[in-house]
Amino acid sequence: MLTLNNIEVIYDGVILVLKGVSLSVREGGITTLLGANGAGKTTTLKAVSGLLRSERGDITKGTIELAGQRVDRLPPHAMVRRGVVQVFEGRRVFEHLTTEENLVAGAHIQHDRAKVREGIARVYGYFPRLAERRRVESGYLSGGEQQMLVIGRALMSSPRVILLDEPSLGLAPMLVEEIFQIVARLNKEQRLTVLLVEQNATLALAIADHGYVMENGRIVLEGAAASLRDNADIKEFYLGLTEVGARKSYREVKHYKRRKRWLS
Amino acid sequence: MSEFFGFFILLMSNGILIGLMYSLIALGFVLVYKATDAVNFAQGEFVMIAGFMAAGGLMVWGAPLWVAVLVALAAMVAFGFGLERVMLRRLIGRPVIAVVMATIGLASILRGLGPFTIFSGTKPLPLPIPDEPFILGPLFIPPIQLVGGLVSLGFLVAFGWFFLKSRKGIAMRAVADNQQVAMAMGIDVERYFGLAWAMTGIVSALGGILWGNLLGVDVNLALVGFKVFPVVILGGLDSIPGAIVGGLIVGIVENVAAGYIDPYVGGGTKDFAPYVLMIMALMIRPYGIFGKRIIERV
Ligand SMILES: Nc1ncnc2c1ncn2[C@@H]1O[C@H](COP(=O)(O)OP(=O)(O)O)[C@@H](O)[C@H]1O
Ligand SMILES: [Mg+2]
Repeated sequence: MLTLNNIEVIYDGVILVLKGVSLSVREGGITTLLGANGAGKTTTLKAVSGLLRSERGDITKGTIELAGQRVDRLPPHAMVRRGVVQVFEGRRVFEHLTTEENLVAGAHIQHDRAKVREGIARVYGYFPRLAERRRVESGYLSGGEQQMLVIGRALMSSPRVILLDEPSLGLAPMLVEEIFQIVARLNKEQRLTVLLVEQNATLALAIADHGYVMENGRIVLEGAAASLRDNADIKEFYLGLTEVGARKSYREVKHYKRRKRWLS
Repeated sequence: MSEFFGFFILLMSNGILIGLMYSLIALGFVLVYKATDAVNFAQGEFVMIAGFMAAGGLMVWGAPLWVAVLVALAAMVAFGFGLERVMLRRLIGRPVIAVVMATIGLASILRGLGPFTIFSGTKPLPLPIPDEPFILGPLFIPPIQLVGGLVSLGFLVAFGWFFLKSRKGIAMRAVADNQQVAMAMGIDVERYFGLAWAMTGIVSALGGILWGNLLGVDVNLALVGFKVFPVVILGGLDSIPGAIVGGLIVGIVENVAAGYIDPYVGGGTKDFAPYVLMIMALMIRPYGIFGKRIIERV
């Protein structure tokens, strides 16, 4: 339902970051976009959500289509109204607003008050812990609670597509597991289409049905989640990423590139 | 009741009423700073230009009072919106000093523009409010102070409610908290910037009419703006309750100080006492009594 065709993104008029990215997100599915730090994953999400401009980034080539309609170059609020919402990496809550005020702010495009109340109840249903903390200033929530809050806040706009940027970042494994299970439930029960950006491939591929691997502003690998799980390259690539330092991982990436060249 | 205590109560009560009127003007400054991060050094000139419009409508063009008041309000709202559109939007993301210089420049332009386009010299801004003060025990309250204090209090409460409870107010605080995230939630951030400036326009129009009545309307009306800085430094640049409390403190301190010190020094205490307080406050609590603290979780 969401398609990127050969997208090129330039920051500040000179820094070329996306070099022709094509990917498609299937309606009702969970698609994951994997890749190392700096690969261009967040930039890809911002290109979709219209938030590039606030960082002096520009889509210089390619098109983005939502359900057959061109949506590249729409401002963020227009994208939210069309049902596409981005959840930033790094748990960016409105710190000085309470949990519940954050949710109300997330429902900005919803004019019907009754629907806002319903939405809040639905979010509390999925994240009961937020209900307990509803009157707390969100800057004082725990990391896990903040991650739940930013997802819940995004749900308040009743999106059809949610763009989730590294929800596992900096959270304890148990919490990450819990949050990923809830994302999977939202996908099934609310028919929410998900584009999940992750560095943690194991976790992401466990709930996704399709995946892309990005490197240096390009898609270098694509496939069904099941086949990516078994892919030796992916295994190596992510071993390098998750278990050793940056230098080692760089060598692994090069190794992975060599292998890929050799394979193709 | 001793004479000493009675005098003190008198100074306090006048200080509170004047202080509320400072709070109202400071609220304009705080709204803009909170929502857009812009420091408006032209707040006093906003008040002045509103005074010029109301007095101009009344004394130069002979309009009835309610027309003059409505015109001043509408014009200031339009001015706030327009200013954001034309000037301040372009300065978003620039260094703070750019916005500071721009508003200082704007202040000078407005000081020239009022006398140039509307009238020169000093004009009164008469309001249908009696002159005889209310006398109640030690209290001696000019009706204009009472009206000014109550009008200010009413608007402060209304704006406070708007920010804390209404959905638009929550959205505006969200913008103040994090512009990019607010955008991602579908909030049209620039519209809220415009709204903040328009609200400053309303507050300035009210301030211009009240202070214009008290002081007369000419370029010096802009000097009321100088009281804004001690108020917002004391209360916190981005806090509405802070604007109220800061205004009350400044009003009380300058009145009490003037009451006791002026007889010995021949006047002028009102003008510097708030600044003494401001500098002391800066040394002790740089972000004000209610200023936004950086949240650091442990
Ligand atoms: N606002 C920006 N201005 C300039 N360069 C940027 C900006 N945002 C990201 N980049 C650069 O683009 C590249 C990709 O960044 P990003 O999309 O954040 O990657 P990822 O999310 O995969 O870690 C990085 O090299 C980064 O330095
Ligand atoms: Mg990223």
